[in-house]
Amino acid sequence: MIAIPEKNFLNEPRGLKSWLVTYDHKRIGLMYFFGIMFFFMLGGIFAMLLRLELFNPGKDFIEADTYNQFFTLHGAIMIFLFIIPSIPAALGNIILPLQLGAKDVAFPKLNLASWYLYVIGAMFFIASLVAGAADTGWTFYTPYSIQTSTAVIMTGTGVFILGFSSIFTGLNFIVTIHKLRAPGLTWFKLPLFVWGLYATAIIQVLATPVIGITLVLLILERVAGIGIFDPALGGDPVLFQHFFWFYSHPAVYIMILPGMGIISELISVHATRKIFGYKPIAYSSLGIALISFLVWGHHMFTSGQSVFAAMVFSFLTFFVGIPSGIKVFNWVATLYKGSIRFTTPMLYALSFLILFSIGGFTGIVLGTLSIDVHLHDTYFVVAHFHYVMMGGTVIALLGGIHHWWPKIWGRMYNETIAKITCGIIFVGFNITFFNQFIIGAKGMPRRYYDYSEAFHFNHAFSSIGAWLLGLGFVIMAIYLVHSIFKGKPAGDNPWGGLSLEWETTSPPDPHNFHSIPVVEHGPYDYDKIIPKSAYQDELEKAKATA
Amino acid sequence: MEQTHAADHPKFLQHHFVNAEQQSEASKFGLWIFLLTEILLFGGLFCAYAIYRAWHPDVFYNAHRYLDVTMGATNTAVLIFSSLTVALSIRSIQLDKPKQTVIYLAITILCAATFMVIKYFEYSHKFHLGLLPGKFYTFQGIEGSNPHVFFSIYFMMTGLHGLHVLGGMFFLGWVMYKTIKGAYSSAYYTPVELGGLYWHLVDLIWIYLFPLLYLIG
Repeated sequence: MIAIPEKNFLNEPRGLKSWLVTYDHKRIGLMYFFGIMFFFMLGGIFAMLLRLELFNPGKDFIEADTYNQFFTLHGAIMIFLFIIPSIPAALGNIILPLQLGAKDVAFPKLNLASWYLYVIGAMFFIASLVAGAADTGWTFYTPYSIQTSTAVIMTGTGVFILGFSSIFTGLNFIVTIHKLRAPGLTWFKLPLFVWGLYATAIIQVLATPVIGITLVLLILERVAGIGIFDPALGGDPVLFQHFFWFYSHPAVYIMILPGMGIISELISVHATRKIFGYKPIAYSSLGIALISFLVWGHHMFTSGQSVFAAMVFSFLTFFVGIPSGIKVFNWVATLYKGSIRFTTPMLYALSFLILFSIGGFTGIVLGTLSIDVHLHDTYFVVAHFHYVMMGGTVIALLGGIHHWWPKIWGRMYNETIAKITCGIIFVGFNITFFNQFIIGAKGMPRRYYDYSEAFHFNHAFSSIGAWLLGLGFVIMAIYLVHSIFKGKPAGDNPWGGLSLEWETTSPPDPHNFHSIPVVEHGPYDYDKIIPKSAYQDELEKAKATA
Repeated sequence: MEQTHAADHPKFLQHHFVNAEQQSEASKFGLWIFLLTEILLFGGLFCAYAIYRAWHPDVFYNAHRYLDVTMGATNTAVLIFSSLTVALSIRSIQLDKPKQTVIYLAITILCAATFMVIKYFEYSHKFHLGLLPGKFYTFQGIEGSNPHVFFSIYFMMTGLHGLHVLGGMFFLGWVMYKTIKGAYSSAYYTPVELGGLYWHLVDLIWIYLFPLLYLIG
């Protein structure tokens, strides 16, 4: 019988106060985890309400203005409070130092400060719900964001503060990866999740200050009419879009890169197969980070930037497809001749491959200048970014949660229910969003409260899919919480992983490792070592009976 | 393992670092990244400056003449001098002379205060004339369309820089307090060095702001 270590980071020391003043990266990561899950639920509730309203054309139960506030809240909460901090600040915080064989991140106090900034930023969002939530869309485009009577300043301040939280996490991770690796852990022995977080952190540090100053300018524009973005005062609203997307396009890669890192882990570990093309995967993360800064103008093909600029941005956008494609091909090649185990994390990894590929290809379609003029601001765009952000990042996050859950809590969830739930989420997601490509191509504009009777069937279909998706998440919440208390002990290395986090206990010791680990093999050396795992035993038994 | 760790464990060394060198390298690297984010934060404003100056060169030329070059130049000299004193404070602590360090830090903070006082006089003069940002602009003597945009940019750039000067005063003041308390010596002086790095960046930004705003044309 596998036992759970008596003293671990979850119960040593005890008490609420010991959590609120903790410098332990695992506890801070868990507090982030609960935060982002709360806001994922809140953003999800707004999504459900939007889909309910869109079930029929015309008014069902909320006014058009309320609808505008709801889609703004859905977008802003999901982007700033959920998806940007999700993988780095929650899972990354817990796993990164473990994978490096370090005792903590480089700056534990800064790490805690980052969590408090997240909470303060979140409070501004909550307060704005009462004060009349912004109705500008999460993009805060001027001049409307200067004119609307809703609480743009409050939401903007919240985003500004969250930006610093994100910068602190990124700064911490870069220094940690550079300076705190265990003896023998060279750059090319790092797990690919670390490479993903590293590339993400670079973007967080370089892009986020720009959204900070942009929001300051927007707030000053509202308060003092400084005339930088307001055309009535000699300002230029397109400049706002340039500033905004100079952050927000790289931010899209802040969201997807750590997800890609997780997928590299899941595929290699759950196929017990050495990762194919380690270096190309590692370098392509940096490649994506670099290109991410050069493509922001593809959000503005119809906003009045020059035709030449649009051509250049369209051309550069295609380059993003290359490193992304390199990753997908390498993952598929890793699966080839691997001993694929259809565990829950593997099912999420496979879902990711399908959904991210659809999302990625439709991104190339949208990056094509001539086609985008037709598809711009339609549901095609909505479907595209939900395939990348939800089908990509969220699915990767779920895969990562299921992969590291036994490490974090020391207990295993019910795998059968988890696999069925993965199926429900996969099906629900596709029902919701695939047909939005179709109505988008037919001309259904995004963010509209009302629509033509011709789209009634598709909208109703989407809404039903959304509820199925919501149901999947409810089931997941139930079985995951249940597993914390009643799950059967998982053991130190349930999946047979080779990276350092599997060498410590589950849940880990407050100091991570009892002695500094020595790195003797790479994280994916399955061609040399097959580690003992519960699943490996099962496999051997199955082979013996066959 | 644990025993050797505890034996050579100076008080200033945090538990998750192996040795003092690793700790000080990590801190300095972290601060360099922070300085990078500062440059990007100002980058947005420099970008706005470049665009509006390219669009309205005449307005920028006419408006800049209402800035006081003497006061701006004095402030530049004050800040460059303070960069020297902050560097000397680091040198002193490396040589285990904490009293000198405190004196040099005090001079640096005094320079920062001088800068802010001169800035206060400049600002109040502008307020008096109505050379204010955006819709509060009431001055009547500058030709060209939307001269208030120049003053919006002027006040935002110098204002954000001024906030950084204030932040630097607090940071250096805290370092000075710790030095008086005897926290630093040649074995451990990372915070003094971090304060110096940050202060150099604050100076450097002003060295760009001064010619861009005061010396147009």
